[in-house]
Amino acid sequence: MNQTSHTQPNAGSMNKPANLIDTSNVRASNRFAKKSITRWLVPGLYILFLMLPIYWLINMSFKTNQEILSSFTLFPAEPTLHNYTVIFTDPSWYTGYINSLIYVGLNTVISICAALPAAYAFSRYRFLGDKHMFFWLLSNRMAPAAVFVLPFFQLYSAFGLIDTHIAVALAHCLFNVPLAVWILEGFMSGVPKEIDETAYIDGYSFPKFFVKIFMPLIASGIGVAAFFCFMFSWVELLIARTLTTTDAKPISAIMTRTVGASGVDWGVLAAAGVLTIIPGALVIYFVRNYIAKGFALGRV
Amino acid sequence: MLELKNVSKKVGRDLHIDDVTMTLEKGSVNILLGPTLSGKTSLMRLMAGLDRPTSGEIVMNGTNVVGMPVQKRNVAMVYQQFINYPAMTVYENIASPMRVAGVDGATIDRRVREAADLMKLSPYLDRTPLNLSGGQQQRTALARALVKDAELVLLDEPLANLDYKLREELRVELPKIFAETGAIFVYATTEPQEALLLGGRTATLSQGRVTQFDRTIDVYNSPSDLLTAQTFSDPPMNILPVTKTGADFVFDASRIEVPAAIAGLGDGDYKIGVRPHHMSLHQPQGKSMKLDCTISTTEITGSESFIHLQSRGVHMVALMHGVHRVEIGDAISAYLDQENLFVFDRNENLVFAPGLNGQG
Repeated sequence: MNQTSHTQPNAGSMNKPANLIDTSNVRASNRFAKKSITRWLVPGLYILFLMLPIYWLINMSFKTNQEILSSFTLFPAEPTLHNYTVIFTDPSWYTGYINSLIYVGLNTVISICAALPAAYAFSRYRFLGDKHMFFWLLSNRMAPAAVFVLPFFQLYSAFGLIDTHIAVALAHCLFNVPLAVWILEGFMSGVPKEIDETAYIDGYSFPKFFVKIFMPLIASGIGVAAFFCFMFSWVELLIARTLTTTDAKPISAIMTRTVGASGVDWGVLAAAGVLTIIPGALVIYFVRNYIAKGFALGRV
Repeated sequence: MLELKNVSKKVGRDLHIDDVTMTLEKGSVNILLGPTLSGKTSLMRLMAGLDRPTSGEIVMNGTNVVGMPVQKRNVAMVYQQFINYPAMTVYENIASPMRVAGVDGATIDRRVREAADLMKLSPYLDRTPLNLSGGQQQRTALARALVKDAELVLLDEPLANLDYKLREELRVELPKIFAETGAIFVYATTEPQEALLLGGRTATLSQGRVTQFDRTIDVYNSPSDLLTAQTFSDPPMNILPVTKTGADFVFDASRIEVPAAIAGLGDGDYKIGVRPHHMSLHQPQGKSMKLDCTISTTEITGSESFIHLQSRGVHMVALMHGVHRVEIGDAISAYLDQENLFVFDRNENLVFAPGLNGQG
């Protein structure tokens, strides 16, 4: 039945041309097999090291505190959802998520709304010092957040904004608006300005053109910019913690204050960590293709 | 009727449009002819209202429209690049000017389908422009300009990026289609041939100035000056500096009898212009001038050959039919026919054109 029965099944047997050329040369096939192992080895190890802490976090979140502290296990011996139940039932935990989501959402909306017209101006008009201003905007991101903690705290105290969601959202704009402008400008400059003019000639007013014609064209840019605003605001700890006390306290601040009288509640902390990763992972999943586009434009 | 009165446009220190005055009649075909950077697009942008002139007036049907926003003017424009709204279907692209104007749905549907039929786009109405070929994209843009029923239709080299078959087809159809709407039709092109094919009236542009604006065939036959003649000729008209002594024009050792119509011209320096296809490598029957040349380059396109000649530092091009076998560096005699001479005076103004005598 099989005419080429002398062919040894090996790693290279998938590769038909290689078999046709020298079916009896086992050394060549071995070399091919070795090559395919090394090809997977490096990225495999890399991914393993990347995923290890995340796996360990998930692993811990299903263990009891006793198991975490007493033994080394790769899998939870007695898987439990107790840690998650604590978070979803204890208001001091879940309000942290709600607070975070509120100010992150506010910040993303404000940043994008402010950045859209600014980016349009930078991409379409030449004005005095436009290039310097564009760079200056970006240089805002170079300063560490700690630099701004004191002025923000003092300023917001004076206005009575401490411990409100809007305070954190506005403070994060300092970093996110320049970033969003930078990203959006790249996407907008990719749209020929003749499209703007054609729309005006067709009779569109500027706002109508911007919303109906222009925004769909840079939708992926808006997605990418929103993603970066979301991520920055979500993981930022210092400013968010300083500007809030109880009512608007973010989850990242709550997580750092879990050392109680009975010691550290490892399991609950791990479960909180897992829940903190999930929104970011979801957002990344939805904008992953757009981010690749952003990279191609050199703007991410 | 669109009137431009002493319109100039400065950008920074550069003068893009230099004192242009012209009147475009309703229902007319007008061609802006000139090389790249001669100001065709700048002039169109001023007409459309996308740019504001630095000085001068633009009057539409008796009203000065300078400063009037482009949304309020009834114009349509098609660019050389294929400009459509990529996020909309072809149908919505064509419908968009009517949607903005608030035309009712049934009318929109009827007119979109009419225009799509004319532009052979009917099978593609549900696609988005980026899924169409270049020609179809440009026809979408043209259809959008057509449905608007604008008073002023500006086409800026609309066929330059299309393949030649489609270009020939549309070149014939476009003026007809737009003529039916009764609009002022303005068409920019770099190709003299295209201007001649479209007919109508032609304005030749050079460095932001309109050098002549007249019926296309008249501009071609009797260009008012050397610049116009060179703009309206591809390859450029050959220019030979000559001296008139007695009854002859003299160039180095060659001479030719001055045409009878201008025999009374004073002696002095003149310039003779000859179109490349009027140059000959064989002695013609009538009176002619013989030039001793060397061949510097030849370009063979199949049915035609361009032979570049050098004679006493003057560069000339002769257009020959068929494939000619000549070697670079060969000495050769070229002949200028007396019947096809353009004569320009010292200030480069036309003094004699063959067409003026009815010889064409």
